[in-house]
Amino acid sequence: MDFATILQIVDSAVRLMTPLLLACLAGLYSERAGIFDIGLEGKMLMAAFTSASVAYATGTVWLGLLAGIGGALALSLVHGLASITFRGNQLISGVAINFLAAGLTVLLGQKIFGLGGRTPSLEGDARFHAITLPFAENLRGVPVIGPIYAEVISGHTVLVYLAFALVPLTWWVLYRTRFGLRLRAVGENPASVDTAGVSVTRMRYAAVAICGVLCGIAGAYLATGISAGFVKDMTAGRGYIALAALIFAKWRPWPALFATFLFGLMEAVSNRFPDLDLGFVTIPSMFMNALPYILTVIILAGFVGRAIPPRAGGEPYVKER
Amino acid sequence: MTARSGAENMAPAIELRGISKAFGPVQANKGIDLLVPRGTIHGIIGENGAGKSTLMSILYGFYRPDSGEILIGGKPIAITDSLTAIRAGIGMVFQHFKLVQNFTVLENIILGAEDGPMLRTSLGRARAELKRLAEEYELQVDPDALIEELSVGHQQRVEILKALYRQADILILDEPTGVLTPAEADHLFRILRGLRDEGKTIILITHKLREIMEITDNVSVMRRGEMVASVKTAETNPTALAELMVGRKVLLRVDKAPARPGAPVLEVRDLRMVDADGVERLRGIDLSIRAGEIVGIAGVAGNGQTQLLEILGGYPEPGAKLAGEITLKGQPLALKGSDARARRRAGIGHVPEDRQVEGLIMDFTAWENVAFGYHDAPEFQNGLMMDNAAIRADAVGKIERFDVRPPNPDLASKNFSGGNQQKIVVAREVERNPDLLLIGQPTRGVDIGAIEFIHKRIVALRDAGKAVLLVSVELDEIMSLSDRIAVMFDGRIMGERLPEQTTAGDLGCLMAGVAPSDQDAEAGA
Repeated sequence: MDFATILQIVDSAVRLMTPLLLACLAGLYSERAGIFDIGLEGKMLMAAFTSASVAYATGTVWLGLLAGIGGALALSLVHGLASITFRGNQLISGVAINFLAAGLTVLLGQKIFGLGGRTPSLEGDARFHAITLPFAENLRGVPVIGPIYAEVISGHTVLVYLAFALVPLTWWVLYRTRFGLRLRAVGENPASVDTAGVSVTRMRYAAVAICGVLCGIAGAYLATGISAGFVKDMTAGRGYIALAALIFAKWRPWPALFATFLFGLMEAVSNRFPDLDLGFVTIPSMFMNALPYILTVIILAGFVGRAIPPRAGGEPYVKER
Repeated sequence: MTARSGAENMAPAIELRGISKAFGPVQANKGIDLLVPRGTIHGIIGENGAGKSTLMSILYGFYRPDSGEILIGGKPIAITDSLTAIRAGIGMVFQHFKLVQNFTVLENIILGAEDGPMLRTSLGRARAELKRLAEEYELQVDPDALIEELSVGHQQRVEILKALYRQADILILDEPTGVLTPAEADHLFRILRGLRDEGKTIILITHKLREIMEITDNVSVMRRGEMVASVKTAETNPTALAELMVGRKVLLRVDKAPARPGAPVLEVRDLRMVDADGVERLRGIDLSIRAGEIVGIAGVAGNGQTQLLEILGGYPEPGAKLAGEITLKGQPLALKGSDARARRRAGIGHVPEDRQVEGLIMDFTAWENVAFGYHDAPEFQNGLMMDNAAIRADAVGKIERFDVRPPNPDLASKNFSGGNQQKIVVAREVERNPDLLLIGQPTRGVDIGAIEFIHKRIVALRDAGKAVLLVSVELDEIMSLSDRIAVMFDGRIMGERLPEQTTAGDLGCLMAGVAPSDQDAEAGA
């Protein structure tokens, strides 16, 4: 395998990890606040549909992005209402959201566009396009660094850069701000926040809303960045993989970056080598395609050491004496 | 403080007028009046369920009273939430600490009281303030330690510091010594006195009469939701207070005939245990208990008592290495591959130290919990099925005989008060008439009426010729209940004493690991 091939795979991994990273960070905010969110998948799917629809209708991708955020946010609030206000079971609410999104997107898509659940292809300003960073072409000749800069770092859509910028930002918010302190506290011991005179409900809604916004961006990226339109079930389990990455990363932002990169890399490798020929044996494409999911199972089975979730995670907060 | 006018200084720190609060049909507080003068320590005592916690929750904004008035520093105030309470200068140290376990001390202190959206300045100010408070009130804690690394006593200091950092003038402590060692409790009292002398007002909720007598200036007694008396501590005595609390005469001392020990029931020889982390928990325990005898194990929590009980009960910590010999009525008990069921069948009853985790399944009903561990007894079987009717009938009898209140066998165990939960566990174990009863912290978090009852049943079991191993961190309980006292320190028995020939001071030395003189050692062996 030569250097150029490796660069191409890494470049593709960066592209593919972006929705995972966004969804993973979305889950991080929610779960750090004690609201488990199995509905990342559904929210991304809804966002992919609304963003593609609005981008197609208006011809402006930015309006599409806003619509994507709006779509995911709406489902977030449903989750918040069910699990915070009405103290319902967070897993069931999440699963319900996934079913709702899977059905609703196809139904609305067919009703509106009549293409079997797809949206029409997006063109021109209705899509996010790659940005070539300054001097990318000029520096291509510089050994090693040049190609890395031009191939891997340059040439992505703005949402990719946004996703990567969100990693240090999230770290800073969590560990350096008042909001982050309270967010982490509310996921560990909501009673401590409550007795300190801070509203647990408000903190948790804020976290769930941030989760919705990030899922919205992730979904919009899928439909208007990587692809040119919405396709039925286009998230293909990315919401669940993001959850696995979140556990792998032990609910911390920097490890989330590496975890999602790992999953992105798996996907990139399987895309690049559908039938991996190792000389003595050829690994069939089915196996390569299943690789990210196999990795998910291995990680969730706990082969990565003990991951301690936020202590109050999954439990509705009830004030007690 | 200096800016305050004289009139305001004279006003009581807290005044409650006719506070009432009902939860459904249960009247938790009925027309409570309370006057707490500034700069005093005010005790509030009452049995579990008397309404103390409800009243304090009202003061801290968790509940709104149905009627009545609250005055802080002479001014009427509506405490709608915790924030209002904090702003009114009220700080609360809950029985179960409200700390974030994996945060540092500093982070816990500033949580909710940050100076601005960024943490940096808050943390800096808190660090300086913590240093000042530590020096002023003997409240030393490492500001950068994680809460989960701290002892319970230190965690409590953090709770007090949290309140002081929020400039609380009134500090409410709910059962603060329940989890503390005697030395930690003494330290806490020194801190509280220091705070009072600085002009702070302290409300101490407890059911320990000794503490009330030791530290409070005034004391109010609650019973069944009502405030039945408020007196100056100097003008009352424990017996009078206990009667007010319970509403009838109470025996504070355990009334028991001298023991008539028979044949040895339990013999422990050179029992050693190394836990899964490689820490040596038991370093050669020798212990013998005879029929008709109560042997009390005194000691500060964490010196191996828990491990001893678990091993005898048949469920040592997983991964632990055990060595030594245990015999029950002359029959050796297996150390390896032991299980709690086999021990029960061999005639060992066990009231574990933590009733809520080991003693009960909190969501299950009282009758189910009364049967647990013995539900596989032949009389409870009906072919392949359990004979629930028989189990329930059996449980109802035990619940009645142990005066569990409310006497409702279908109520989930979590809905009983601590004392009644404990009665459920004790009823289960004692009524099976074991040859040896292991009983750990029998009265932790249990109110006076129930303590008296549980003590009586333990003595009755002894008088029926059974052996009892009592483990308790309450020295009073050990001294009044035991026929023989063994003191544990660091996995060893430091010495044995007869209760009538020892003092709290003497036992305290052994508990602190101060080796007895040679003569004492011989007497102990």
